[in-house]
Amino acid sequence: MAEKIAARTEALTENPFHYCPGCAHGIIHRLVAETIEELGVREKTVGVASVGCSVFAYNYFNMDMQQAAHGRAPAVATGIKRVLPDNFVFTYQGDGDLAAIGTAEIVHAAARGENITVIFVNNTTYGMTGGQSAPTTILGQKTTTTPYGRDPHVNGYPMGVSEMLSTLGGVAHVSRVSIYSPAQVNRAKRAIKKAFEVQREKKGFSFVEVLASCPTNWRMTPQDALKWIEEKMLPIYPLGEFKTAAEEGK
Amino acid sequence: MAKVLMGGNEALAEAALRAGCRHFFGYPITPQSEIPEYLAKKMPQLDGVYLQAESEIAAINMVYGAAGAGVRVFTASSGPGISLMSEGISYIAGAELPCVIVNIMRGGPGLGNIAPSQADYNQATKGIGHGDFHLIVLAPNSVQEMADLTMLAFQLAEEYRNPAMILSDGLLGQMMEPVEFNENPPKEKDKPWATRGAKGRDPNIINRLLIEAEALQKHNLKLQEKYQLIKETQCRCESYLAEDADILLAAFGSCSRMAKSAVEMARSRGIKAGLVRPITLWPFPEKEVAEAAKGAKACLVTEMNEGQMLLDIRLALKGRIPIHFLGKSGGIIPTPGEILEEIERIEVNLRG
Repeated sequence: MAEKIAARTEALTENPFHYCPGCAHGIIHRLVAETIEELGVREKTVGVASVGCSVFAYNYFNMDMQQAAHGRAPAVATGIKRVLPDNFVFTYQGDGDLAAIGTAEIVHAAARGENITVIFVNNTTYGMTGGQSAPTTILGQKTTTTPYGRDPHVNGYPMGVSEMLSTLGGVAHVSRVSIYSPAQVNRAKRAIKKAFEVQREKKGFSFVEVLASCPTNWRMTPQDALKWIEEKMLPIYPLGEFKTAAEEGK
Repeated sequence: MAKVLMGGNEALAEAALRAGCRHFFGYPITPQSEIPEYLAKKMPQLDGVYLQAESEIAAINMVYGAAGAGVRVFTASSGPGISLMSEGISYIAGAELPCVIVNIMRGGPGLGNIAPSQADYNQATKGIGHGDFHLIVLAPNSVQEMADLTMLAFQLAEEYRNPAMILSDGLLGQMMEPVEFNENPPKEKDKPWATRGAKGRDPNIINRLLIEAEALQKHNLKLQEKYQLIKETQCRCESYLAEDADILLAAFGSCSRMAKSAVEMARSRGIKAGLVRPITLWPFPEKEVAEAAKGAKACLVTEMNEGQMLLDIRLALKGRIPIHFLGKSGGIIPTPGEILEEIERIEVNLRG
């Protein structure tokens, strides 16, 4: 019999993902789920799904989940964590959710040092509503609501959420990673794990921004979309660890 | 227990603590700030959670999270803040999470002012957020009821897995009266649906998205069944000298106190006046109001707004008798003398 070298993590359900071909959510869901399984905390984790393509996250994560209103996941997570300080609480949010309608909630959850982990998926667009521009859309990028490209005089500038949050006192861990290559996927996994470990050590707010692809709304093949992350997003959104309270990071 | 002299807002906050509530999320706004201030002092002593959120939007979503995690939780605000909470309240009602929301009403619309008002009746009973849902709405008219109805609100919220609102106003919130606290707080119900970690069971999911039309309709019908049950069993109403009244007054909350004084003044002048006071504004005590008005020849609705409960009274009385209205708004409170004048005018008309 062949040796089993990979298996579905128990922290994911058996529901097949509804995401588009080439979408990064499937990979990122799996990284979060594997982390939760490896830390052995699935039975004491409460996840918060946000509004956007990942609103259905509660169908995929095999654990207690609450679904939050658009942008409000960090407030919902705050409510849960204050009730259950010894449980693990994470939010999974896209850029429309977190960086536009939910800016107040994310900034204040961070500033309070809420001991939660936030997974922030930045694909520069509102995927679920059909590819409209987001605060993270890069200059010149065409979307359905910036058909001539993002013009800073009209639409302002892309928002560096990791840079912004890392200036706040309550924040214990901020890193920006991506999934455009297998090596980057591995790095993303390590960052997510570190963020959850920071939560386990009760050190404060932990945040991982994942640069992700949206081939459907970018009108690209999945392969070109990954290339686009590397070539177009990295210059604006540099990868790295902005801040950490994790032991090994010191 | 002996009576203690307390302000309405403090009594409400103390009643919530005595009801076993140890979680409060809020945001400052006049005229309810005594509630968070009281709790900011008390909660740390009780190992409870007092958290001042960055906005009412965040506060109600913290309530959503905490209620989902299965604890007794409440928030308090006033008109403009309640408007901001309306999104979250819709989610909470849709997800059938128990919690208590307090509105210490002030003048509106917009920033309005900070004076006592009853201008949020329609918002509380009819349109507090998007979608087909209802809050249980309780309207105290004394400091004693600020305490009693708060305890009841926690009980009803858990019994029906539905948000319950205390609809009070700046007058009741700020004034002091003797109050005696109920020594038997409502027992906490089991919450097997709460998200506290899926240990040895299937995951619990608190969700307000039902993408399939049939599934959403089914959920809505289930809510309607619950609302029907609440309507049948939870209507609360008080009558005062209504039995033989020719002129029946209808008023709720602090305004009912002025109306009661006016009834007494009218009686002393030989006019048979009475009062009916809805205590639950939703469910609205339609039958009880109709019953109280059985022998009446006219009705006078008085409110601290421009005519909101008036519509529910019209529905309840089904055009059987003429209905008059005396409303004051912007923080102006109808005086017993003004109400009496209105009663006398109606009485003259009745004599024709």
